[in-house]
Amino acid sequence: MATVTHAIETRNYLNSDYGLKSWLLTTDHKRIAILYLVTITAFFFIGGFFAMLIRLELLTPAGDLVQADTYNKLFTMHGIMMIFFFLIPSVPAVLGNFLVPMMVGAKDLAFPKINLLSWYLLVLGGLLTLFSIVAGGVDTGWTFYTPFSTTFSNTYVTGAALGIFVAGFSSILTGLNFIVTVHRMRAPGLTWGRLPLFIWANYATAIIQILGTPVLAITIVLVALERAFHIGIFDPNLGGDPLLFQHLFWFYSHPAVYIMILPSMGVISEIIPCFSRKRIFGYHFVALSSVAIAVFGFLVWAHHMFVAGMSVYAAIIFSFLSYSVAVPSAIKVFNWTSTMYRGSIYYHTPMLYALGFIGLFTIGGVTGLFLASLGMDVHVHDTYFVVAHFHYIMVGGAIMGYLGGLHFWWPKITGRMYPEAWGKIAAATVFVGFNLTFFPQFVVGYLGMPRRYYQYVSEYQVLNVLSTAGASILAVGYLIPMIYFLWSLRYGAPAPANPWNAVGLEWMTPSPPPTYNFETTPVVTWEAYDYRKMPAIEEAPVAR
Amino acid sequence: MHVSQATNTQHAAETEHVLLHHFGDLEQQRQSATLGMWVFLITEIMFFGGLFAGYMIYRLAFFNAFAAGSNTLDLRLGAINTAVLIASSLTMALAVHAAQIGARKKTVLYLLGTIVLGLVFLGIKVVEYADKFEHHHVPGQYFEFQEPVSLAHGEQAQGEHAQSRIDPRHAELFFGFYFAMTGMHALHMIIGVGILAVLTFLAWRGRYGPQYHTPVHNVGLYWHFVDIVWIFLFPLLYLISRHG
Amino acid sequence: MWDNLPLWPERAATFSGRVDALYIFLLAITGAVTLLVWLLIFYFVIKYRHTKHPKAHPVEGSLPLEITWSIVPLFMFMIFFGWGAWIYFLESRPPRDAMDVYIVGKQWMWKAQHPTGQREINELHVPAGRDVRLTMISQDVIHSFFIPAFRIKTDVLPGRYTTQWFHATKPGTYHLYCAEYCGTSHSGMIGRVVVMEPRDFENWLAGGAGEGSLAGTGQKLFQDLGCATCHRMDTAGRGPNLMGVYGKPVLFEDGRTQTADDNYIRESILNPNAKVVAGFKPIMPTFQGIVSEDQLLSLVAFIKSLQSPQNAPVSGRPPVPNTTSPSGAMQQNPGGANR
Repeated sequence: MATVTHAIETRNYLNSDYGLKSWLLTTDHKRIAILYLVTITAFFFIGGFFAMLIRLELLTPAGDLVQADTYNKLFTMHGIMMIFFFLIPSVPAVLGNFLVPMMVGAKDLAFPKINLLSWYLLVLGGLLTLFSIVAGGVDTGWTFYTPFSTTFSNTYVTGAALGIFVAGFSSILTGLNFIVTVHRMRAPGLTWGRLPLFIWANYATAIIQILGTPVLAITIVLVALERAFHIGIFDPNLGGDPLLFQHLFWFYSHPAVYIMILPSMGVISEIIPCFSRKRIFGYHFVALSSVAIAVFGFLVWAHHMFVAGMSVYAAIIFSFLSYSVAVPSAIKVFNWTSTMYRGSIYYHTPMLYALGFIGLFTIGGVTGLFLASLGMDVHVHDTYFVVAHFHYIMVGGAIMGYLGGLHFWWPKITGRMYPEAWGKIAAATVFVGFNLTFFPQFVVGYLGMPRRYYQYVSEYQVLNVLSTAGASILAVGYLIPMIYFLWSLRYGAPAPANPWNAVGLEWMTPSPPPTYNFETTPVVTWEAYDYRKMPAIEEAPVAR
Repeated sequence: MHVSQATNTQHAAETEHVLLHHFGDLEQQRQSATLGMWVFLITEIMFFGGLFAGYMIYRLAFFNAFAAGSNTLDLRLGAINTAVLIASSLTMALAVHAAQIGARKKTVLYLLGTIVLGLVFLGIKVVEYADKFEHHHVPGQYFEFQEPVSLAHGEQAQGEHAQSRIDPRHAELFFGFYFAMTGMHALHMIIGVGILAVLTFLAWRGRYGPQYHTPVHNVGLYWHFVDIVWIFLFPLLYLISRHG
Repeated sequence: MWDNLPLWPERAATFSGRVDALYIFLLAITGAVTLLVWLLIFYFVIKYRHTKHPKAHPVEGSLPLEITWSIVPLFMFMIFFGWGAWIYFLESRPPRDAMDVYIVGKQWMWKAQHPTGQREINELHVPAGRDVRLTMISQDVIHSFFIPAFRIKTDVLPGRYTTQWFHATKPGTYHLYCAEYCGTSHSGMIGRVVVMEPRDFENWLAGGAGEGSLAGTGQKLFQDLGCATCHRMDTAGRGPNLMGVYGKPVLFEDGRTQTADDNYIRESILNPNAKVVAGFKPIMPTFQGIVSEDQLLSLVAFIKSLQSPQNAPVSGRPPVPNTTSPSGAMQQNPGGANR
């Protein structure tokens, strides 16, 4: 077991300046990443609290924990907090902000002040939404279907919608920053074909953020106008069409799910090569599959509307296109798996999360194939089958990727090692808890249990009890890293510059890095993931 | 990439003053800023695009009502506004050129001209909106719409059996879109005028010259975009069935 | 089915077996692939663990593999797509002689209306062995009519009719759910679908209707609202003759045509000047706000029942609405065209 004497504290981005102002007015992308980390963690626990209440209510068939209206607000706010204020920022705003400049060899993102602005916008949006929660809540579902949301709901729809509107600009500005950075600020020699796959993934995500989020913005504006002035744009009583809302809404919200998953896929593409000690299998295919997902993701939105009253022919086209999006995702899974073939595998916590991601994303992805099949979707649409599908992708996929990335880059970000044994325990807890929570939901969904139901027929109870039991385990699995990450800030072993002997420009800086990342701009002459010349991973240093 | 070797000390001073720390050289900075503005304009296209798509769908569905609504818009004022905006794009382009060649006074003058023309546009819009208020064409509680007696196709009303072919709810939809689209556009213009004011002040202070005029160029891009949005808005809203 | 560990609801209609077959096929294929991926991962991470395999071997790509694992899944996906699209296509085409039932959804209950006049709340009685077509509309927000045992659902929209159909096979009682979130009591908007043996169903139908058939109600409304003033049944009046209009193409003033279906008839009552029949003036007043959705359905049913007495039934379609009401009230020309 290697022991490391405490390093003399050098100047890095964390201690270069002290005081609240130096954090709240920072333009350093690394500090902004930390600001985001704290903010979205808070939002995650708020959203998670709502989830806990939902699962507690669903322990019994009767609606006995909360009232119906309260339950409707719970699932609405759970969805809104998790999607807009946790998942969409998570990897890009925390890991992306921290790493994108470093991975391309730059001193910062292209527009540091806009980066800070985008954090403030997320905070403002979050506060507006939280105000709506505290003032009485929203009960429209995160999907805001009309005419319920425009004409019938008497909750704080406009307040919550405004919060999402503002948060949307946070997302747009992050995407804008990443696109310009990747195009204009790569170090000399860093061609597109040498970029880390994490960059490719965040770049593809940024394209979606740029093109999709504005459509959500205008949709929200129209809902607000409709609520205020009853123009009639979505209300059939006034000549409007409620399906127009669905088209506009899903035009963003389908690509939004790729905003949520692509960056995590980029994390996996970094972790697997490192802990297999070899270059990723099929680099170009993985890189281009990210772009393909971004492009095809814009062509499939109406697969959320197969039973909504669309024309049969439109439905057939969207079903066909939905399968096209599945192919690049399958390509990634096969390439990740093949990377491990004849590699040299380590079982560190990031790798456990990455392996969990592949396993669970595969299940989530194949159940998407069920949903894309029209005759199948008619039965399972708006049932727990769909709920299980997207939680497999978002929680089993995206969140595990995020946690894996947090562990992988924690030493770089904080200069500390997290406790490896606890990391493994938490990863296993999350995996077990997750599957127990969501696998029964596939079954109960096919049996016919609709979603957004707070009371249900007694024959669904066993599966719901299993699901709630799993959720309590999952909650523990999420709490453990919270605790040891905080613990590590003070008591964790000091981290070397490259604890995993990983390849990448970010690992060529100290842990934590100095404010300006690189003394001089590096010149890149090597291909990505050249693990052939890297030594084995040493035993991670442990705190005394 | 190489650090540009500025021989003129004054220009060197200007360079040191404006080169941001995270960029390698001014050229990289300029290209980044311009690319950033283009990406932002793409988001604006998607934003207005959603609105335009909704408008087109309803216009196809309720053509007659939309035509009737369109015919109540003042064609002269709309045409004047179009000319005003095109002229303001001209003055903007001239301002960019003046900044490029370091003609400080001309830069300020042309920027001021752009602002003035923008304000003229907004003023005319106020007049148009006031007219809408008077005629109760604002969507909401007090909306009323009477179809004009002589229809666009020249049909005559037929005695007491003449009924409106127009559903006033559909006309209200038209006006809803009218206000949303022109209102969004006007908001972008107001923001643009504000930014131009700041730009004019900085130009007057001698901030821009051949070495550095990126903000003028990029604000010019934004202004041209706002102009182009109007070029689409005008025929879509004002020119439905205006023949005959 | 395993009663203790059900994986699917009861199969009570013709679509149930079809959808379950697709489900099992999907489960088998995707299950196999998932298992393959999981097993490969387990195998690799154990066989190539660093303690036993300290040096990684640079296997970095293979074009044949990439092509294979792109093309083969794509091929499988096309099968999933085609099979599912086929079922969906069948589900979208109710047989022409299907028995009609009209559904009105509102916060938070279902109203079912049989053409013979039977009304139900949160229940739907149907015969086994018959095609049944549901014509549905909402009075307020979007709902969705979901019968898990039949494997069908369709959203129920405000402002226009949507339809779905089924052929129930197994007598019994099955769940009915609202499947589109609609507010406070969304999860209370549930009910029962009761599939009966045909004979029992006849008895049930005969047992109840107080007010007479749906079309009869519509006929009365047609008179009361003054529709008959302009829409004469003997000749063209100020409005088109509605005899036999249902299901036929209609030519409009602007040259477009449309088949007169339920939605067209409803729209013509609420927004008559949207589409004006060729040769007529736009003088029909609107009945928006004057008739409820239930009344509209009765008017639609009435107009559907108007068959030209001269015309033989087209392609085997029965000359009267296909209810088996013993009252026989619908056999005669309901227009009573003796003016």
